[in-house]
This record gives sequence, structure tokens and C-alpha cells, in this order.
Amino acid sequence: MTPFAYRRAASVDDAVRLGLAPGAYFLAGGTNLIDLAKGGVVQPALLVDVSRLPLAEVAETPEGGVRIGAMVRNSDLANHPLIRTRHPLLSQALLAGASPQLRNMATVGGNLLQRTRCHYFYDAAFEHCNKRLPGSGCGALEGINRNHAILGTSPACIATHPSDMCVALAALRARVRVHGPRGERTIAFADFHRLPGDTPQRDTTLAAGELIVGVELPPDGFAGHAHYLKVRDRASYAFALVSVAAALDVRGGVVRDAALALGGVAHKPWRRPEAEARLVGREPTDAAFGEAADLLLQGARPASQNGFKVALARRAIVRALQTAGARS
Amino acid sequence: MSNESLTAGATRRGFLQSAGALAGTPLIVGQAQAAQAAVEAPPPAPSAGLTLRVNGRSHALQVEPRVTLLDALRDDLGLTGTKKGCDRGQCGACTVIVNGRRINACLSLAMQHDGDEITTIEGIGQPGRLHPLQAAFIAEDAFQCGYCTPGQICSGVALMEEARRGDCSTVTPDVRQLGAAPLSDAEIRERMSGNLCRCGAYANIARAVRIVARQEGVA
Repeated sequence: MTPFAYRRAASVDDAVRLGLAPGAYFLAGGTNLIDLAKGGVVQPALLVDVSRLPLAEVAETPEGGVRIGAMVRNSDLANHPLIRTRHPLLSQALLAGASPQLRNMATVGGNLLQRTRCHYFYDAAFEHCNKRLPGSGCGALEGINRNHAILGTSPACIATHPSDMCVALAALRARVRVHGPRGERTIAFADFHRLPGDTPQRDTTLAAGELIVGVELPPDGFAGHAHYLKVRDRASYAFALVSVAAALDVRGGVVRDAALALGGVAHKPWRRPEAEARLVGREPTDAAFGEAADLLLQGARPASQNGFKVALARRAIVRALQTAGARS
Repeated sequence: MSNESLTAGATRRGFLQSAGALAGTPLIVGQAQAAQAAVEAPPPAPSAGLTLRVNGRSHALQVEPRVTLLDALRDDLGLTGTKKGCDRGQCGACTVIVNGRRINACLSLAMQHDGDEITTIEGIGQPGRLHPLQAAFIAEDAFQCGYCTPGQICSGVALMEEARRGDCSTVTPDVRQLGAAPLSDAEIRERMSGNLCRCGAYANIARAVRIVARQEGVA
């Protein structure tokens, strides 16, 4: 790691002020940032430790939703009774990620800001990565791209977003609360992460100095029928090739509402409200699930080595919806 | 290896420490710093003070911000039981228990742990007073080279407490069912998956954990 200064933020406002310094990064659990610093992928001048800010609460909102502090650890969130019973999709997604040790460290805010695990991005000695060195090209386009994106890619970048938690948050229509130099604002989950376009160096729509302070879940957590399916190269402790967050609200044999998002296939959790709408008002049949899957995957453009992800994702979507529908 | 060889007083750790640069490093602050000064230090950078509570004892340290908890434990405090494997959060050899939670010490800065209660393998058991999981690892032949073992044991000890308080995992059939559920073999394998063993002693590691989990009433 290159030398850096370290400051512990005394308050959210203090963190925002310190975060505006050149080369400043917010440090929470450290599971991604310290790893990136060790690899020379990021070279922070200042780490602003926000891990002890009083943002570690999980609480019910007056409307019956849940407000989650940005410093809640992944393991604590996955095991919180409110999340397990009302938003089990989120518990399942969190538990599918990383290892018990990493989940004990990783925070909600940090998980939202995880960088891609594209090996061309992660290898600081490699010259061509538009995300790490804007304008330098993309090694993955014509390189080793088995793990890469099939949806929403650009000629500049085919990296995927690595988080499991974020796939569930996308499906559950969460909102992200951020605090910045100009006060607080709330960002719809779909608008938080970006597609790469011409500026893949930017993962999110956060402005300079903005600190994530929490996430809000709406009241309907799809507690009855929810399933997170993660397909990966080993049984545990690996990033997803494809993952599916699927949830159904089924009453009287008819789907009243559906939530569906994919991980491992795009630069952000992949959700398309039209795919969910295709299920509403219908019986939860394999035919309906297949139609929703086709809609969600419409426009998929695999690279040279990841064509299998299209068929894999379609089958994973159908299976996740079947499993969600069969739960009671 | 038998229990007897560990109780005889000639431990591998003791031998290495007395043979190496950290000769007899006592776990008190002034001398630990003296030992540090004998090692080639990185270029000076602003150091800051912090206190680590390790295995029940307080240690005041001056560290540069880049120093990880792992390096502070090993290099500053001479607690070399905690191992550096990948140093990138992928292998679990550096697992320690901080404020009751198992973490990867390699991805955490020492500065972040000012005042924290840390338990390393040296605080889990002692020769002659092994923790039941250490005894089970020996009885079940749950290691070959032994390099991952301290991390495996810290992980397994924390796992028992997590199971006791009812934490779930990705193989738990229904996360909506609150309360402690007995650990199945699949649960034990999943919950130990953050600790790699390149010798491949997994079957015996899982068996040792299962034996102790049964003794403790969580399996």
C-alpha cells in the first residue's frame, strides 16, 4: 500500500468535510478498499474511518418499512429478526455472499460501493482498463471474459457488479439515503448504480463527498414467496456467475406483485419492471416465468466466452421463481 | 502429534520465537517496541497511538496507518500464532475474534481497532489446557501442515457462538424460522467455508467441529 493518512470521523458532517479532501476515501469494513489498496488499484491519500459513526441501527419505519444504517454489518443485517421474517430475500442474498468473517466486517454502505472483480481492473500492472485508467481500453472485450456482463455493456467496459446484497435491494425497490455537502437526499435503488457507457470509472451516481448513511426498504418485503438463487463455480465463497432475486406476492392462485433482479450479468443489478409486470395478474406457471425471463434478458449481448450466461440466466430465473412460488 | 507433545513445553511457536529475531518477545509494550526497532522499518510515516486489548491484556502501540491488525499482532506484539496466508481476505488463515466476531485480520487496519477486545489463537487455549476444539483437531487429525489451523480453530470457536444465538446461513432451509437450529453437516461445511486448507484436511476439520458442536449442544 502507498502511504496514506488516517482520520476517524467524529460525525457524519465531519466525515463529509474530510471526504472532500483530494484522494480521500471513506473506510468502513475495509474488505474491498484495503484489498484494492494492497493491489495498488486505489492509492488513497486519506482514509476517513466512518466505521464508528452511529449508523448501525435496523429499525422499523412508521409506514412499516425498515430503515437500515449504512454501518450495519452484513452478518447482523442477515440475522436481524425484522429482515429474516419480513425481507427474507435480503437475508438470503447477504448470506450467499463472501464468508462469515467477511460478512462480519462488511457494511451495507461498503457493499453498495463494491468495485467490480474484473481481473483486468484488479491487476494494477495491466495497462488496459477503462475503469481504472480511463481511455486505456478494455482488456476483457477480446480477452478472458467468461465472468463478464451480457447486458447493458458498452464498448468501453463489460465488467459486472459483484454484490449479492444489491441484487436483493434492487428487487425489493430499496432507496439509498446519502448525506453530502448540500445536505441529505434519497436515491431510488435503480438510479444508484450506473451502466458503464463512456465513463466506466464511475460506478454510481454519488457526487463528490457524499456519504451513504442508510438504506430504506418499503413495507412489502415479499415475505411469503422469496428466493435468492446464486450460481457459482464452487458451492460457497465465490462470486456469482449468475444470481437471481425472485419474489412473488401470490393470492388466490394469482400473482399480485412480483420482484425480479439479476446479479453477475451487468454493471449494476439488472431489473426491468416490464418483466415483473408480465407476471402480475397471471397464475405462477413455468410458461409465465419463462416469458418474464425472456423479457428480462432481452437485448443480451454476450462476449466471446460468456454466451452460456444467457441460457444459464434464463433457467436460473425460472427456477428461482418456481422455488419462490413453492414456498409458503 | 499427540497431546503429550504439546504439553511438554517445547512448542513449535516457542521454538521459532526463541530462534528468530523476536527472541522471547514479552507481551508488554516497551519491550515489544524495542523488538520492533530491531526490524527494518518502512520509511517513516505519521504514526499514531492506539490500544489493543489482546487475550485479556492491554497493549499500547504506535503504528503507521497502513499497518493491518494482522501485522500489528504478529510483528508488533509477537503473536505469531495468527497466520498470514494470502493477505487478501481469501484464505482465512488470519482469522481472529474481535469483540466476539470472527474477522480477517489482514483486511483490517490496526488503527480501526483502538480499544477493541481481540482473541487470537494464543488466547483460545494453552499447552496443557487446550480448548475442546484444539483437542478435537488433534484427535481427529484435522490438519497436515498446520498453517491454516489457528484460523480454522478461531473460526470454529466463533461458529459455536453464532449457532448458539441462532444465526442462519445460506444453506439454512428457511431463514424466517428464528431461533437456534441444530447444525447439520452441510451447515458446518458452509460456516467453515471462509477457511481454506490447501492440504485438503476438510473432512477431518468438519468432523472435529461437529464433535465439539455436539458436545456444546449446537449440533
